[in-house]
Amino acid sequence: MTIRHVIRKETYFDSVTLMQITNEVKKLQGVENAVVGMGTDFNIDSLKRLGLYSDAFAGITPADLLLCVQAGDDAAADAALAAAEKLLTTRKKASGAGTAFVPPTQEAAAKQLPDANVVVISVPGAWAAREAEIALRAGRHVMLFSDNVTVEEELKLKTLGVEKNLLVMGPDCGTALINGVPLAFANAVRRGDIGIVAASGTGLQEVTSLIHTMGYGITQAIGVGGRDLSEKIGGKMTLMAAHALGEDPATKVIVLISKPPAPSVLGPLYAELKKIRKPIVVYFIGADPEAIRKEGFTPAHNLQEAAQKACELSGGKAVAVPMTDADAAAKADGLRLPGKYLRGLYSGGTLCDEAQRLLHPVLADLYSNTPVKGCQMLHSVHKSEKHTIVDLGDDEFTRGRAHPMIDPTLRQERIVIETADPDVGLIAFDVVLGYGAHMDMAGEMVAAIEKARKASGRKPVFAACICGTADDPQNMQKQKRTLEDAGVQVFPSNVALIAFVKRAMAGKGV
Amino acid sequence: MSSLKTLFNEDVKVFNVGIPSFADDLKRQGVPVVHVEWRPPAGGNKRVIELLDRIKAWQAEYQTQAKS
Repeated sequence: MTIRHVIRKETYFDSVTLMQITNEVKKLQGVENAVVGMGTDFNIDSLKRLGLYSDAFAGITPADLLLCVQAGDDAAADAALAAAEKLLTTRKKASGAGTAFVPPTQEAAAKQLPDANVVVISVPGAWAAREAEIALRAGRHVMLFSDNVTVEEELKLKTLGVEKNLLVMGPDCGTALINGVPLAFANAVRRGDIGIVAASGTGLQEVTSLIHTMGYGITQAIGVGGRDLSEKIGGKMTLMAAHALGEDPATKVIVLISKPPAPSVLGPLYAELKKIRKPIVVYFIGADPEAIRKEGFTPAHNLQEAAQKACELSGGKAVAVPMTDADAAAKADGLRLPGKYLRGLYSGGTLCDEAQRLLHPVLADLYSNTPVKGCQMLHSVHKSEKHTIVDLGDDEFTRGRAHPMIDPTLRQERIVIETADPDVGLIAFDVVLGYGAHMDMAGEMVAAIEKARKASGRKPVFAACICGTADDPQNMQKQKRTLEDAGVQVFPSNVALIAFVKRAMAGKGV
Repeated sequence: MSSLKTLFNEDVKVFNVGIPSFADDLKRQGVPVVHVEWRPPAGGNKRVIELLDRIKAWQAEYQTQAKS
């Protein structure tokens, strides 16, 4: 066995490019392991965990690039390193293709496109707030995709945003649709008269996609970041965005999606929302819908219902969901599970949250790395216990690597582990389509499922929901067929998937 | 200079700072976008970045005062 490494001082590549190159190098003949990444603490820990660390990495900084391969012999290791270097050079050239000069800063970019009005920021969290402040001070709205931004930084940015009447969408904002333009992870959704404000990335994707599937469309979908309605941030962007939609003549119905706001934020939020003379559908995930109704808003019990009610208010007539709970549950009739436990492997945080809320009343001992009320915290996020539903897009999994909607590796590894567990009967997961997302996540999941079945000789039931639209770049029908051909039960919404899971797991609430 | 008062009536024009594929998606849809080839400033040294930013802020303030 040979381990080879190269450190390139002050050479930067983004996490997606590095993930793709790592995966390509790992596939080379004779390569046992590879890490191609920036010199972050996370990557150094990965090297240590894999037994690839040496003192040569001691002085490395997050601004340095590291390449490390472990191979069967010297020749394979040298070839792998050479291949990695070649891939990096190719990517570097490709990123600049078609333009004479690729600006290194926003200030330089402004010379090429002086009237840019939105800055999408997806740099590592430690530097993200700085870039956002530069954008705001230049009078541009910010979509802050980056996570690992502190709440203090968020407060400072949003205070500046309010002062300048500029949106700060995020941090950790995966999705937005502004004037029909999808930013980062967003689905191809037709334009219509429903405006959405969401402190939830996949919540926004699920609702906008379902609105499209139900035949309706949206004006704006504004993500505000999961902490916006916390006590510290005080709903600054939610209020700004809701008022803007209230004044927007093209918006007829407003949808608001968030975790329940902090108690100190709720009263002022309701008071402001009541000033808006338009119907508002409110889905505060896990909150009492009756309390919302009493305030004069239209409550929803889940993401699918939020989409349905918005469409009904828009069209003034009843709207059917793509698959009823009864039809979804019926697909579980006659299924025999080879084990008593459920494992849910989500890339979408809100979908994971929704799955827990819908299932914990019927499944005792439900664990998660992001447990909702009634569920329990996993002792280790890497190891499932009894019934487990994991959000693999949570911060602790994404530090130093790409999001699981882009990088399937973590879920693939987990599928192999869960399948081999003799107590596992059902494995559920989401496939999120749209711009920014992996072009063939269904194919990646199926590859892992087949590998897992072969390695373990076990055949737990697999079930998935697809979050996306027929107009998304991945070809939804093809994704669905790929899953179905591998024996995966496929559902058009998370709610339908969970209705199936409930029926399949009936009597297994151990 | 944009504002939320005008954004919904403007064409969206984007700077993309970070993951290049986000810019590629926008380009494919015909959205004007400039990708910023970002790298950690000042070699990733946060203290140096802070000092540089402070100098930049002083310069801006000085220029504003000089103009007035």
